[in-house]
Amino acid sequence: MNRFTVAILVNNQFGVLNRVTSMFRRRQFNISSLTVSETESTDFSRITVQSEGDEISKQQLINQLYKLPDVRSVVELDPLETVSRELLLIKVEHSPENQSEIRAASDAYEGKIVDYTKDAMIIQMVGDSRKIDNFLDLMKDFTILEICRTGVVSLERGAVTIQRVTNL
Amino acid sequence: MKLSGSDIIVRTLIEQGCDVVFGYPGGQIINVYDSLYKYQDELKHVLTAHEQGAAHAADGYARATGKVGVVIATSGPGATNLVTGIATAYLDSVPIVAITGNVPSSGIGTDSFQEIDITGITLPITKHNYFVGSVENLADTIRDAFRLAQSGRPGPVLIDVPKDVQIATCEYEPQPPVQPDEKQAAKDVRIEQAAACINEAKRPFVYFGGGLMAGEAKEELLTLADKIDAPIGCSMMGISGVPTDHPRFLGMQGMHGHYACSMAMHKADCIIALGVRFNDRVTGNRAKFAKGAKIVHIDIDGAELSKTINAAHGLRGDVKKTLQKLLPLLDKQERPKWQEKIAQLRREETESADNREGMTPRAVLNVLNRHLGENTPVATDVGQHQMWTAQHAKFKHDRRFISSGGLGTMGFGMGAAIGAQMGTDEHTVLVTGDGSFGMCLNELATAVSENVPLVVLLLNNGVLGMVRQWQTLFFDKHYSNTVLDRKTDFVKLAEAFGAKGLRATTLDELDAALGEAFSTNGPCVVECFIDKDEFVLPMLPPGGSMDDIIVRMGD
Repeated sequence: MNRFTVAILVNNQFGVLNRVTSMFRRRQFNISSLTVSETESTDFSRITVQSEGDEISKQQLINQLYKLPDVRSVVELDPLETVSRELLLIKVEHSPENQSEIRAASDAYEGKIVDYTKDAMIIQMVGDSRKIDNFLDLMKDFTILEICRTGVVSLERGAVTIQRVTNL
Repeated sequence: MKLSGSDIIVRTLIEQGCDVVFGYPGGQIINVYDSLYKYQDELKHVLTAHEQGAAHAADGYARATGKVGVVIATSGPGATNLVTGIATAYLDSVPIVAITGNVPSSGIGTDSFQEIDITGITLPITKHNYFVGSVENLADTIRDAFRLAQSGRPGPVLIDVPKDVQIATCEYEPQPPVQPDEKQAAKDVRIEQAAACINEAKRPFVYFGGGLMAGEAKEELLTLADKIDAPIGCSMMGISGVPTDHPRFLGMQGMHGHYACSMAMHKADCIIALGVRFNDRVTGNRAKFAKGAKIVHIDIDGAELSKTINAAHGLRGDVKKTLQKLLPLLDKQERPKWQEKIAQLRREETESADNREGMTPRAVLNVLNRHLGENTPVATDVGQHQMWTAQHAKFKHDRRFISSGGLGTMGFGMGAAIGAQMGTDEHTVLVTGDGSFGMCLNELATAVSENVPLVVLLLNNGVLGMVRQWQTLFFDKHYSNTVLDRKTDFVKLAEAFGAKGLRATTLDELDAALGEAFSTNGPCVVECFIDKDEFVLPMLPPGGSMDDIIVRMGD
């Protein structure tokens, strides 16, 4: 089982996300992360999906996506040729005994403390999924109150764009 | 000119070449029915007994003609009654456009009377669907639906139109009928690899499905089989794609396929598969399916390649255009050894044929064959009678076997036969069973009202035969809820609907009854009786392989 990331350019229309996710559900694709946003063009939205599966299941996912008329293009993103980021907000309990340790961990990962009260703090962090996974692993030694992750957004390196690949 | 939304719907249907629509009126589609009244000289509307029948009729029309079938229904229950019909068309890749009314935009989302989210409900059973928010988009949406229904792999499209959009007006300019998207051949390099694979083969087998007819590639397929000296077989959806009596044609493959066909496919070392999707009823146990064969799979839908079985060569492209590029790359071959093997399989099939006296299913179908014209559409419902018809009915022309393959919809036949008759203007046959017929026999009323020349050959065995067959084989003869034991008198029932009803208890009586039915200008039900313990044979047990084939009763 390999994790792979696919970027999908879709018509920016009411209900398109439902069409895409309904297909994933119907065909039982296992989705670990999904983000949607507007793009440089008001005509299109961009969906970034992370999924796990073998080569056949990956091809099947891409082929099934191409059958949706609202899908304009689909690109599988090569991790080496892609910049991927997600945003983490994590709320941890702190006390005088452990707050310096939490701060040190956050600093090491270039995190930013965006809320600080007597008992808890919220750390904001941007990075690839692995960095965030590693930081969360560190935080397990403390009392985590809440975690919220945005899911991955990705762009290919260089001047290439997803619009080059069109849905024939 | 400025027209109302409902007028635009009807005018756009006419503009797109639609000559008949099937449907049922209701509160939220009443404006469209007013427009249908206005344009009744240009567009015929067939009122069915139930929306499901209308959907199946649009489907049967599309299957028989290759044109887009159109069905119209109101909101709420009218729309949900279409669902089985739309799903049937979706599973068999049939181009239909369904138009539903909905409550006014202001009421959408408030659970108004007869409001239902039909675009949500039909999301997984349509190629695409539309909710029309503004009358300005209406004509172009219908045009796009027609384009989409016919393009690539055909399929159903639904358009949901709230009532205020039907009432609102805007400018309408007629346009020529839309053309389907241009079809592409597969990539050259893939075609070259496939050609090399076929040229190396010793025992090639040409296998086709419904995609052959959708792609209109019969001539190319026959040229291919001649050039590489291969036998031809088909899936159930392929039946009538090549003439039944073609010397290379071995018939249907699969769970209830012809013995010689299934065995030849099993023994082949190269299967050239055209417009098929290797459904589980075809492959049986996938791990054991055609193990010795390399598969060259050509389909217009890339998602079908390697979906269920791993093809050595998956070619995404139009079957006709791809074959045209493939043919010149193939060596002309003669294969006397392979043909001798095929001849032997045919002899084995003949030896195991069911030659019992009396009203056996095979004998009944053979009597029917004597009455079929070159162009007679033969529709079926679903069950044993469907398989017997698939095995024994003889066809000359394509698009003449009208049957629900993928979804297996009991009750499909009556509506579909009416639609097929209206599309072809041929005296049409429906072969059905007492179980399936009971589901949608209300459409006899439609056939009578429209005076449809239709022969309903009802094989009455008093049981749900296909399920009973499984119960006999796999459930220790626990005949749970499959013994109908109804007291319906089908002859009187036909007469009560205003149709002719005939009954046959011998093959000679059947021959005479069918003669009378075919000379009746209108619907005629011919009931005959089949033993409740007849089996559909051969049979591959579910999940089995060709080694587990059951050829005779008692095996």
